[in-house]
Amino acid sequence: MTLPTTIPLLGWSWNDLLFLVLGSVLIGTALMVVLGRNIIRSGLWLIFCFATLAGLYALLGNPLVAAAQVLVYMGAIAVLILFAIMLTQTKGGPAALVFHHQAWAAAIAAVVLGGLLAIVVSVSGWPLVGPFMATSTNLVAELIFGDYLLAFEIVGVLLLAAVIGGVYLAKRDDGPPEPEA
Amino acid sequence: MSQTLEAYLALSAILFAVGTFGFLARRNAIAMLMSIELMLNAVNLSIVAFGAFIPSLNGDAAVIALMVMAVAAAEATVGLAIVIAIYRNRRTPLVDEYHQMSE
Repeated sequence: MTLPTTIPLLGWSWNDLLFLVLGSVLIGTALMVVLGRNIIRSGLWLIFCFATLAGLYALLGNPLVAAAQVLVYMGAIAVLILFAIMLTQTKGGPAALVFHHQAWAAAIAAVVLGGLLAIVVSVSGWPLVGPFMATSTNLVAELIFGDYLLAFEIVGVLLLAAVIGGVYLAKRDDGPPEPEA
Repeated sequence: MSQTLEAYLALSAILFAVGTFGFLARRNAIAMLMSIELMLNAVNLSIVAFGAFIPSLNGDAAVIALMVMAVAAAEATVGLAIVIAIYRNRRTPLVDEYHQMSE
């Protein structure tokens, strides 16, 4: 059985429906991350949010970035964040006060920033925009190991430095024992 | 309708604004780091959208998005290590109780 090219009754294409569903789920999960009272649940919603973004990258015709999103964000960063949450949980459960007292000012700032970005996006003409084009993985590989080779190597060194720095910072400090006072 | 550059950029702007609110309003340091990840993901979404809709950026945008992911991973590693190191000294992950560092 083949699907019709547009959705019956609505007249949208299937990509439109996917975009609307993924976009609304993305914003909804992001709000759950930011507004949730329990920080472990915030971390789990963050994984959901990353999964939706991987879907959006696939919808944009970029399977390599979608796969990297699943591997790096959902596989590594989310687990790292969940570990850190569980290492820093205080005994009394979630804090009574999730937000700062000046959270309303933060809300105003975020709404103003979002509105400003929306105005910029809608006013700009984007003269270079062409037809939608999916990205071939071969092209990306040629660019990474051709034009962007130096940047690729620098990113490798940066990751090594970050790993060493992270281990050093999180290491328990076994300095000389303090004299008993 | 929705397969346009503006739609993706608007989605990315909303996600960035949500991340900004979380960074400014949350008290927990790890929740602030999660909000930073949301903002980085919003930027990545706009980069990939530019790559899909601007033909001259088609391959470059994917490369830049992958680099941003790698740098975000490095940032998360060091940031969480710093939070854990501070937690070991202060016994709290709430940033507004770190006032001793400002004195």
